[in-house]
Amino acid sequence: MYRYDEFDHAFVKARVAQFRDQVERRLSGEIDEAQFKPLRLMNGVYLQLHAYMLRIAIPYGTLASRQLRMLAHIARTYDKGYGHFTTRQNLQFHWPALKDVPQILELLASVEMHCIQTSGNCIRNVTADHLAGAAADEVADPRPYAEILRQWSSLHPEFSYLPRKFKIAVTGAERDRAAVQVYDIGLHLKKDAAGRLGFAVYVGGGLGRTPIIAKKIHDFVPEEDLLSYTTAILRVYNLYGRRDNKWKARIKILVHELGAEAFAAQVEKEFVELQESTLKLPDEDLNAIQAYFAPPTLPARPEGDALVAREAAVNSGFAAWLNRNVHTHRNPDYASVTVSLKGIGEVPGDISADQMDAVADLAEAYACDEIRVSHEQNLILPHVARANLKAVYDRLIEIGLATPNAGLVTDIICCPGLDYCALANARSIPVAQQIAERFADQRRQEEIDDLKIKMSGCINACGHHHVGHIGILGVEKKGAELYQVTLGGSGDENTAIGDIIGRGFGPDEIVDAVETIIETYLVHRLDTSETFLAAYRRLGPAPFKEALYGSEAKAA
Amino acid sequence: MKMLAANRLSDGEAVWLAADGNWVDEISHAETVRDKDGEERLLAAGRDATGRNEVVDAELVDVEIIDGFIRPIRLRERIRAAGPSIHPELGKQAKKSAVTLA
Ligand code: SF4
Repeated sequence: MYRYDEFDHAFVKARVAQFRDQVERRLSGEIDEAQFKPLRLMNGVYLQLHAYMLRIAIPYGTLASRQLRMLAHIARTYDKGYGHFTTRQNLQFHWPALKDVPQILELLASVEMHCIQTSGNCIRNVTADHLAGAAADEVADPRPYAEILRQWSSLHPEFSYLPRKFKIAVTGAERDRAAVQVYDIGLHLKKDAAGRLGFAVYVGGGLGRTPIIAKKIHDFVPEEDLLSYTTAILRVYNLYGRRDNKWKARIKILVHELGAEAFAAQVEKEFVELQESTLKLPDEDLNAIQAYFAPPTLPARPEGDALVAREAAVNSGFAAWLNRNVHTHRNPDYASVTVSLKGIGEVPGDISADQMDAVADLAEAYACDEIRVSHEQNLILPHVARANLKAVYDRLIEIGLATPNAGLVTDIICCPGLDYCALANARSIPVAQQIAERFADQRRQEEIDDLKIKMSGCINACGHHHVGHIGILGVEKKGAELYQVTLGGSGDENTAIGDIIGRGFGPDEIVDAVETIIETYLVHRLDTSETFLAAYRRLGPAPFKEALYGSEAKAA
Repeated sequence: MKMLAANRLSDGEAVWLAADGNWVDEISHAETVRDKDGEERLLAAGRDATGRNEVVDAELVDVEIIDGFIRPIRLRERIRAAGPSIHPELGKQAKKSAVTLA
C-alpha cells in the first residue's frame, strides 16, 4: 500500500492547519458564508438537510485496517456511530459539526487520509477496480497509476478551477469493474503485442442530466506517457470546456459537441508538445510507486479447497455465501471476499462503527491488512486464504455482514436521496429497502441470478441509475415522490444507458413494478443461463412495457 | 403560510425562527406568518442572524396547520423537521413525537 512520504505528510498537515484557521475565522465571524463556502467545499464539507456532511477520499478504494479503525473512531466520537460508502469509493459522515471538522481532519491526517478534492471543479478522487492486485483476470495492478494521477492532480495549479468537476477511473482487467466508460477519463490498462504496458483512453463519459458513454480516443498510450497524455486532455478541456452553463460544462458535452475525432486531434496536438517534457514518467519513479503496491506475500495454503468443500457440504448458508461473495483470486489458494453492506432492509453502503472495527480486525487477521471499497458500495477483503474463508464467514455472520447477495437483486446501489441530500427530489433508501425485503428469499434471488438495480434520488445520478440493469430515478411531481424506471443499462465493458420504459410509479407502486419487470424476465428468458440483461437485449422493451402498462402501452 | 428555516452555523443543525427571535430546533416552536409583511419580517430577521453568523441558508418554507400542528408542505421540509425517514432513532424525531412525515 502507498505510504505518505515526508512531502505528503507536510502537505496534508499544512492543509489541516489552514482549514482550522479558516473554520475559526468563520465561527468568529471574521469571514462570511460567501467567502467560506468555497473553502469548506475544498475540504469536503457540504451542508445537507439535517447537518454538515464530510466526504472523505479513499484513493482507489484502498484502506488499511488502521485507517478503517480511525473512521470507526471518528464515527463514534464526532458523528452518530456510522458512515456511508458511496459509488465513488468515498466515505461520507452525515452529521459532523463544523467546529469539530478540523479535529476530524487532523485525525484523518494521522492515518494518511484527507478530504481534499472531494468537492469542487477539480480532479476528484481517482477510483479503480476494487479487485486490483487480486483479480485473476488482471493484466497489471491499476493502483500505482491511480496513485501517480492522485499525486499529479493534488492541488494542480492549472487544473484547480476547471469548468466543472473531473473524475478519472482506472481498471487493469478486461472485465471492467470500475465503470470506466461513464467517467470523464476512463483508463483501461493493457499490454500491447510487444508486452509493454499502456492504456486505452476513454474520454467524455458521464451520467447526470445528460448520460453519455465515453469515446475511446486512443487505443494505446504507453505507461510512461500517462501524465503527458492526461495533461493534454485536461488542457483541451480547460481551454474549450464551457463555463457559461453549468449543465453543459462537463467534458462529455465538449467531446460530444466537437466530435470524438476532432477532440482527439486537439489532444494529439497538445500531446506532441508535452510528450518529451518533464511529465514523461521515468522508470525509477514508476518502479518506486509500483513497489508500494507489491503483491503481499501469500504463503501456500493448499488445504483450503478441501476445507471449504467440507464446510460447504454441511452449511448451506456458507455455500450460498461462497457462491456469491467469494471471487477468484490470481493465487488459487486464495480468494477475494465481498463484505456485503446490503443486508436485507439495511441502508445500502452504511456501516456502523463497531462493524468497521470488526472488519478492520478481520482484514488484519486474514486479509493482509487490506480492505477495499467497491463502487457498488460494498467492502472487499482482497486476499483471503481459502483455508480461512469459513473463519471469515463466521465472524461476518456475527457482525451482520455476511448477506450472500453480491451481484444479486438485493445488492442495490443507492444514493442517500431525500433522507439526507439537499439536492434530492425523492427518497431512494426506503425504496431500496423495500425492494430488498420483497426479494429477501435467497432461493428466489438465486433463481433471478445476476441483476443490478441502481437508484438515484435526483438527476445527478450519484446512484448510477442510467447504467443499472434496472435503473430507478426519483423525481418530484406535483409535490409527491415519483419513480422513473429505465431498463437495459449496464456499467461494465459493454456499457449501455438504460431506456426509459414509460410513465413513473408512485412510492406505493414502484416495488410492484420492479417485481413485474423481474417476473416478466423469468417468464421470457430462454433458460436459466440467460441473464436479465441478456434477455432484455434480446427482447427489447416491448414485453416489459406490456406487463407494466398493459393496454395503456398498446395505445401509446 | 410560511416559516423561516436555516441551518445553525456551528453544527449545521436544521433550525427555525421562533416568535421570540430565537432559533429553535423543533418546528412546533417556529413562528408562522400569513402575509407579505410577516414574510418580510422573517426574512429581515434571517438576514440579521446570517449577518451575526448564527445561521446559514435562511429561507422561507411553506407550511400549513393541521390539527394544531405545523406541517411543512414539501416532503423535503418535513424530512428536515423530523430527521431521516429511515432512522426514526436519529434526528429531531428521536426526541419529539409531534413531528412526523405524514
Ligand atoms: S443523486 Fe441526487 S439525491 Fe442522490 S445523492 Fe446525488 S445529488 Fe443527492
